[in-house]
Amino acid sequence: MHRSLYQTPGNSIMKKSASLVLAAFVASLSASAAFAETNLTVYTAVEAVDLDRYKAEFEKAYPDIKINWVRDSTGVMTAKLLAEKDNPQADVVWGLAATSLLLLKGEGMLEAYAPAGVEKLDPRFVDTTTPPTWTGMDAYVAAICFNTVEAGKLGIPAPKSWKDLTEPEYKGHVVMPNPNSSGTGFLDVSAWLQMFGEKDAWAFMDGLHENISAYTHSGSKPCKMAGAGETVIGVSFEFPGAKAKSAGAPIEIIFPEEGSGWEAEATAIIAGTANLEAAKKLVDFSVSKEANEMYNVGYAVLAYPGIAKPVDNLPPNVADHMIKNDFEWAANNRKAILTEWAKRYDSKSEPKT
Amino acid sequence: MGATLTMPAGRALRAQLSSDDIVKRGLMLVISLYLLVALAAPLYVLLSKSVSTYQFDLTAFEIQRSDDTGLNFGAPKTVEALNLETGAIAPEELETSSDGRLAVTGLFKDFSFRSPVKYRVRGTTEGAAFLVGSDLHRGTEWVELDSNTFRRVVLRPVSSFGLDNFSAYFSTPSLAQSISNSVLMGVISTVLVISIAFALAYALNRSHMRFKGLFKLILAIPILVPSLLPGIALVYLFGNQGLLKDLMMGYSIYGPIGIVIGSVFFTLPHALIIISTALAIADARHYEAATSLRATKWRTFWTVTVPGARYGIISAAFVVFTMVITDFGLPKVIGGQYNMLAVDIYKQVIGQQNFEMGAVVSVILLIPAVAAFFVDRAIQKKQVALLSARSVPYQPKPNTRFDWLCFTYCAVVAVFILTMIGVCQLAATVKFWPYDLTPSLKNFHFDLMDGGGWAAYYNSIEMALLTAFFGTIIVFTGAYMVEKSDGFKAGRTLFQFLAMLPMAVPGMVLGLAYIFFFNSPANPLNPIYGTMAILVVCTVTHFYTVSHLTALTALKQMDREFEPVAASLKQPFHKLFFRVTVPVCLPAILDISIYLFVNAMTTVSAVVFLYSTHTQLASVAVLNMDDAGDIAPAAAMGMMIFYTNIAARLIHALVSRALLGRTQAWRNR
Repeated sequence: MHRSLYQTPGNSIMKKSASLVLAAFVASLSASAAFAETNLTVYTAVEAVDLDRYKAEFEKAYPDIKINWVRDSTGVMTAKLLAEKDNPQADVVWGLAATSLLLLKGEGMLEAYAPAGVEKLDPRFVDTTTPPTWTGMDAYVAAICFNTVEAGKLGIPAPKSWKDLTEPEYKGHVVMPNPNSSGTGFLDVSAWLQMFGEKDAWAFMDGLHENISAYTHSGSKPCKMAGAGETVIGVSFEFPGAKAKSAGAPIEIIFPEEGSGWEAEATAIIAGTANLEAAKKLVDFSVSKEANEMYNVGYAVLAYPGIAKPVDNLPPNVADHMIKNDFEWAANNRKAILTEWAKRYDSKSEPKT
Repeated sequence: MGATLTMPAGRALRAQLSSDDIVKRGLMLVISLYLLVALAAPLYVLLSKSVSTYQFDLTAFEIQRSDDTGLNFGAPKTVEALNLETGAIAPEELETSSDGRLAVTGLFKDFSFRSPVKYRVRGTTEGAAFLVGSDLHRGTEWVELDSNTFRRVVLRPVSSFGLDNFSAYFSTPSLAQSISNSVLMGVISTVLVISIAFALAYALNRSHMRFKGLFKLILAIPILVPSLLPGIALVYLFGNQGLLKDLMMGYSIYGPIGIVIGSVFFTLPHALIIISTALAIADARHYEAATSLRATKWRTFWTVTVPGARYGIISAAFVVFTMVITDFGLPKVIGGQYNMLAVDIYKQVIGQQNFEMGAVVSVILLIPAVAAFFVDRAIQKKQVALLSARSVPYQPKPNTRFDWLCFTYCAVVAVFILTMIGVCQLAATVKFWPYDLTPSLKNFHFDLMDGGGWAAYYNSIEMALLTAFFGTIIVFTGAYMVEKSDGFKAGRTLFQFLAMLPMAVPGMVLGLAYIFFFNSPANPLNPIYGTMAILVVCTVTHFYTVSHLTALTALKQMDREFEPVAASLKQPFHKLFFRVTVPVCLPAILDISIYLFVNAMTTVSAVVFLYSTHTQLASVAVLNMDDAGDIAPAAAMGMMIFYTNIAARLIHALVSRALLGRTQAWRNR
């Protein structure tokens, strides 16, 4: 009873404001209950720096869906998805190589869905079956990173074509990714096979092998090695080249004149997801014009035609260098190609000392 | 009537189990169960995975072919029957991996994708699967296709069991080559490390040189960094833009040379500790005898010193050999085209998603590691006490020339270690090596790189703390139950075996076994997959043996009479445990926890398959950043691990001093 003795005006104000806060809290609770927020587990291999931006843009468009990213490199992500085949953890894959998605498709792991606006995309970026199981976002294109400073010291001219790389003057100065551990390495090899034909392509790679100083495990590493002067020529793709150049690396990004292999980054729904409606909305968003403009920050080639703006340090016509790439052929012949490659070049890699 | 006079048969005599015994056995059972679930079961699943094979079953598919009108189909034939006619598919093509695909157009000699002929394909069993292009078809429903689509048909394999994976492994030259590469690297590195470490241990124990304490500190540095860091340092020192590139005389550091130098760096402290222990004790009477027999110094060295330390040397050699062949980080960074077994596992699993072949390589890697382990155990049993009650501890005499020689030698090795660390420090703090050398902290902006950013660093600290905390409790309790309980011999022997086993299991193998075991939806423990918990469990298990041996050594020093005395005083064992055992063993307990912490910070191989997006680790970030070509940030993250481990060591030293002052005062009566 004596508590009322201490009751001061200030106290009652505090009580009032507390009840206001409570009311606001209850209101916000019921509001979010009305929205029934959905959490989507999204597997991705896009660059770490882009994740927050993509998430923010999507959640701005669909405030009732939240993305939980699970990110790793393309190889690890593909291995993880295949390992989880019988017990998939992902709802959607947003930003994984199309060749990897085709492997998942071959296991029956993807849900076919034609997102709203899919007809506006460049057909090369959409799965051939209808409805498609995957839709593309953007592309990364094979390119040569050429260190001009180190080349100047050695007096080596810049290569113009893939075939140039077999010239004796480049001996020991070329680094490329190992196709058995890097998706970029595989896209190079599969592109050479598609461009040159099987016989000539293997003959070309035999010659190239003589000049290679190292096969790396990652696709961007050759370019970064060229940037740091660890090698003169790094067979890689355009994106890390542009990035290294911005960071101050003395490199030139060369698109060989025969044409470049490329890989689409793509989106797909995992079959059996409990959040199919939300997953469809995410895929709808992933093919939209807004989303493609968002991809354009790093990627020069987009699935949505006609809106790409040039990227710093890259020529405006990157898309013109892209060959006609048969993803299905690449996926179905992947094992045979990799086995042959390992037989020819892996067994030779014994100590030279 | 006589029968009624005999006494009824009593119960068989049996020692009464006190409630303490039941609790002890219960605890031992719990920890055995932990080791079974965290070690034995995953390894078993790994072994079974290595014998799970994939084949194309030609009898499981039927094909029907139409005439040129595309309307009238002939009788269905199995692919097996078709192949008997044409022989288009060679028997060796039937063995494949989970990713295998088999084209079928070759079965029809006159196949043309332009012809109007149509084909129908189906499986004869529900499980048979084939692709049309990339679309999966399963089951016995006929699928009708025109010729142009039929050429896109590929069959998928079915799984069975057998040793085919192993025969495939040994018939692939590049893979089989890795075995001899790994063994060669192991042998060369071991010989080098043992020679260097022996000389160091000799200088530290048998000379009067100065700065012994300082040298001991410097020589322990490699334990505090991940094995990737020496690889990165070697790139900066001897790579194509390296500071000391000219010393390579045209040879490439990428390959066997780099692997050997790096291996020497990261295994040196381990060999040094073991050999140092062996050289620390010696009987002066042997040396007196040698002198009185007028043996030369050289002869004394070979007949007294080396034999006295031989068990230490052999033990160190096995430890180093196992470390070199099972390490994954170093050859990944500096190995170039030189294939090693541990890297093969990574390439098979991450690069090609060929889990079965990864398991095969794991089993192969397990063989030399297990063999080294058992040989070492056998040799350890022969070790007899060098110091008997009558022996006189050997005291080295000052010898100016020899002491200076020792000092110079130790200084050279110390400079080697400091250079390796120093160059990483340097590369981490410049803007763009080697073209822009202005000091910058840009490389510490981990959030802009692949690998997990600063979150990975904090995750590592969390993981190391959890590992140290729970690991110490599990290991010490387990060791106590083995050492201080009576009876139940079979259980204790089994437990002892399980506790020693982790030493023989390479981290990479353990990690891969964990994927197979914990990621299976049928496993009730599946929810811990992808969490911090699985990383902690894996790390505790990986470093279990050394911790267990440390705890055992400490416990053996306590008289076994404590337990009976406590029992006779009617004191429950937990009271004895917390009031006497734990305080007495506190130095060992603190050592175990710092050992687990430091190793949890630096381990790569055990956790590289197990981390998830939310549980990325600093050591794995070093690997991934180097992999992506961001070598300077990788060096920066490696240095963060180094600083953290130094800080942890300092805290450990301070805490030890404070606590030991209170609990160990009885030792200095």
